Amino acid sequence: MKLPPFDYACPTTLPEAVQLLASHDGDAKAIAGGQSLVPMLAFRLAQPTLLVDLRKLADLRGIRISDQGVTLGAMVRWRDIEDDERLATAHPLLKAAISHVAHYQIRNRGTVGGSVAHADPAAEMPGIAVTCDAEISVVGKSGAHVIQAADFFQGALTTALTPDEIIVSIRLPPWPAGRRWGFQEFSRRRGDFAMAAAAVFYDQDARGKARNAHVGVIGVGDRPLRLSAVEDVLNGESIDEATIAKADAAASAAVDPQDDIHASAAYRRSLVGTMVERALRGAAAA
Amino acid sequence: MSVQFQVNGKQVEVEVEPRLTLADCLRHSLRLTGTHVGCEHGVCGACTVIVDGAAVRSCLMLAVQAEGSEIVTIEGLSNDDDLTPLQKSFRKHHALQCGFCTPGMITTAHVLLSEEPDCDAARVREVLSGNLCRCTGYISIVEAVLDARSAYGHKEQAGDAARERR
Repeated sequence: MKLPPFDYACPTTLPEAVQLLASHDGDAKAIAGGQSLVPMLAFRLAQPTLLVDLRKLADLRGIRISDQGVTLGAMVRWRDIEDDERLATAHPLLKAAISHVAHYQIRNRGTVGGSVAHADPAAEMPGIAVTCDAEISVVGKSGAHVIQAADFFQGALTTALTPDEIIVSIRLPPWPAGRRWGFQEFSRRRGDFAMAAAAVFYDQDARGKARNAHVGVIGVGDRPLRLSAVEDVLNGESIDEATIAKADAAASAAVDPQDDIHASAAYRRSLVGTMVERALRGAAAA
Repeated sequence: MSVQFQVNGKQVEVEVEPRLTLADCLRHSLRLTGTHVGCEHGVCGACTVIVDGAAVRSCLMLAVQAEGSEIVTIEGLSNDDDLTPLQKSFRKHHALQCGFCTPGMITTAHVLLSEEPDCDAARVREVLSGNLCRCTGYISIVEAVLDARSAYGHKEQAGDAARERR
């Protein structure tokens, strides 16, 4: 369908953008890459009265890598992550997850901040944010503040952002060399949304046992989920076949997916266990 | 609103509603009807055009967002009198039947081959996974793109330039 009518503004400063968003009684919407919002408009699922284009805001650009970790500007596109060779060591899990995002043409436009703000429960970037304890920096009319990823995603397409707030950047904590990790995603066609995916990482103590295990899954709930029950299975253990089998079962038991047109709840529950199993096997073999 | 950008090397100025997609702007305002609109919500890839060197879906971009951009459409990838190597390869391999998806296939493949002239079949398949074709079954399209690589083999510099413009 053709898009509903709206006004359009393309501010050059963050305060101006916040002012514009705050000026429309909650009916203004920010547009970054537009790869989720424009389809929502085409389906008339979103009918904002004003679109505020973020493309001229320099504060939202760039990938910064420091001892504070990896900070992704909200307007960083998937393609920028694919092309940034530093990330192969600075955050290999991010790089692996992003390779599953949609298609070539969409990866040229879609943005980190847009995906996080859209909060699709099957999207990779929100899953990585939750798995890695990301901090999401936002600016609104009451100033700047940081929201923990665990508090940010509140349901399908629902976040802690207020209508006047803009995501500035997403910080992933530092990634030590030697960390074990794996990412596995399943969809029927390449580039489709995940029917289920799992991101895992852990560090190893002097005896080779897992510590600091993080397990996150997408596509099996109304938001990206951390599975603490699976992390408890892994911490203090060797990641061998017996532990992996326990983690598989714990992951299936920890989620409560719904039936939908793509898959039954039982299928997704089984699949998420398999994704955790394969991700752990990849991590242990690295 | 008024928006200015370059299309196929020509500077244009168009009066548009903010809600007009780039695809509809190209087709209706500029009469460049080679860009096809299939699904109108970012799934089929038929409307793929090249914006500042990158293949993008023109149905998922507003015309007003193209302000200041350099756009190449399927019309910009054709010669007046002769077929380009990529077009010849599509003809040779019967890589189209109804032709509806072909503009998106050609624009996408052109950027891919310009940037990665050494890409393999797996990479071609991955990139073209964003373009639906209901006639060919894709095999002939992948073969056509692979066969056209030689024509792009000595154009690494052009590919680099496209990357730099992004």
